[in-house]
This record gives sequence, C-alpha cells and structure tokens, in this order.
Amino acid sequence: MARKTPEINSSSMADIAFLLLIFFLVTTTMDVDTGIYKKLPAIPEDSSETPPKVKQRNVLSILVNRNNELLVNGEVLSISQLRDKTKEFFLNPTNSESLPEKAVKNVPYFGDVMVSKGLISLQNDRGTKYETYIRVQDELAAASRELKDEKSIQQWGKKYEELNEDQQDAVRKYVPVQISEAEPRNTGGK
Amino acid sequence: MSKFRKDGKKELPAISTASLPDIVFMLLFFFMVATTMREVDLNVNIMVPEANEVTKLEKKDLVSNIYVGVPMRKFQKNYGTLPRIQLNDQFATVEDIQSFIASERESRKEELRNKLTTSLKVDQYTKMGIITDIKQELRKASSLKLNYSTRQTAE
Repeated sequence: MARKTPEINSSSMADIAFLLLIFFLVTTTMDVDTGIYKKLPAIPEDSSETPPKVKQRNVLSILVNRNNELLVNGEVLSISQLRDKTKEFFLNPTNSESLPEKAVKNVPYFGDVMVSKGLISLQNDRGTKYETYIRVQDELAAASRELKDEKSIQQWGKKYEELNEDQQDAVRKYVPVQISEAEPRNTGGK
Repeated sequence: MSKFRKDGKKELPAISTASLPDIVFMLLFFFMVATTMREVDLNVNIMVPEANEVTKLEKKDLVSNIYVGVPMRKFQKNYGTLPRIQLNDQFATVEDIQSFIASERESRKEELRNKLTTSLKVDQYTKMGIITDIKQELRKASSLKLNYSTRQTAE
C-alpha cells in the first residue's frame, strides 16, 4: 500500500495572495480615460491654395481672448449662452437674412430636406486658458448633440446615440456641424 | 440551573482561516480585472478640466499620451514653474513631439499604425499657446486623431 502523502501546508497561501494583491493595488490605476474627440485638419500640401470663400452670414465666428471672454459674431456672450446661440445659428427657424442659408439636399431616410450651410469658426488667443477652450468645445459639442437628438427623435423617436450607423450617418448629413479652428493670434503673449 | 456559566470549561475553537486565501484571491482577481497598469510616473501636476460631452477612450493600447502641466515641486528647481510637456517619463520640448509620435508608431503593429490616437492630458490652467504648438506638431507628424482628456462633470 502506497504511503499517504502528507498534506501540503497551505497556511502561507494567504500571505502569498496578500502580497500579490498589494502589488496590484500599487502598480495599477483605476481611472477610466474620458475625453473630447477631435480630428485635426491635415496640413494642406499646396500652401498657395486659397481657402474657399464663405459668405459672412454662413459663419459663426467665435473669438476667445486672453481674458477668457467670448465674442460671437461681434457680440459679447457668456459661455452658457453659446449653446443656444449655436443652435439658433444652425436651425435658423425664421429664415432670417443674417443667419446661414439653407440648401435642399437629399438625405437618406429623410428625403429632400433643407440643410444649413453654416460653419463655425473658432479662434482663440495664445493666452486663453485651456479650461475655457474645453468649455467652449464642450458647449459646441452639446449644441451639436442636441440638434442631432432633435432630428432623430422626430424621425425615429430615439436619441442619436441609440441609432444604428446608417441612421447616424444620415443625421450627420442632415445636421452638419463643422468647426474650423483658425490659427491663434498672439496678442496675449505666452 | 444557570444558563450563564462564568467558568466555562469549553474553550472556544480557533476560527478557521482556511477560506482566507480564497477571499484574498477573489479580491486579487477583482483588482486585476478592474484596473489597468500605471504606465508612466507623472512629473507634472495635472488636473484635467471638466466637460459634459465626453466619450470613453477605448483601446488603450492605441493611445499615446502627451502630458502638459506645471512641473512638480521637486523638479521646479531645474525646470521652472511654467507648464512643460512630458513625453513618456521625461520632460520634453515641442520639437520632440514628432520623433515621439514616430517612435510610438514604430512600436505598434503595421496595420494598427494609422489608428493611433493622441490623448492630450493638459492641466486646466495651462495657456492655449503651448497646446496650439503641440497641435501644429501633431499635424506635421500627420497624427490627426486627437483626444482632449477631460473629467466627466459631476451631476
């Protein structure tokens, strides 16, 4: 008869596990990265190329100075007003002369619709605080999302995020929110 | 008949610790799954700004980080108190960004190279000047996917 193997003493198992646990606690982080996505424009290959001319009424020019103040189309606004201003700019509910033109465009799912030709031009100073810049970007993103949500709820009764890719694509075509960032001016110094 | 005998003759049995390793292992596995490895030691102080319209950064292995902020106390003697760029573990200048992006690309598989995202982790009190310079360098390096790291605003 084979001898019984003595049981392995497992009292140090807890110590080993604790050691591993503490190692992982120290070397890892728990934070989830969140952020605002942006796509930078590629550097044009031909620098002599003139930028396309855009009518004055089609541009929402946002200037941020080094004191973190906003000038939107010649009007001093606070950041909290920016969202409504942007939405009004793109919707142009009264077809006003001073707000962007609309063009008839065929969009899948929606058919022939009036699409705004509006364009946001954002310019900041070198002395602008990063926090302000992010808040402006955030407000613009919020305005864009609200416009998209509005259209998707109208069409499908669902929010933009819940749509499938084709539908999202269509909504994006319906509400194109283009943001162009100009090179900053250096009035405020570093 | 006394229910409360003071001179208890029975000794309390020792609490069994046999399940202790199991408990600790459970904790260990939880932390292994729920956390990610710390990649660099920060040399700069960073408090990223808050925003509402945030998206979650997915595929962390395809993200390269650029940190910008005021150097920590112990580095201020050598590097001053103006916001500085940190790439990997060391301080860098704007000119280093192109080579940094190139080396980041180099270390990824060929088919994933154009999917790289750059995440800017910038302190909220930094001025835009340095960020604009970084953006220009990224454009020159044609690394166009950018993510401004922000915190979700507490509701």
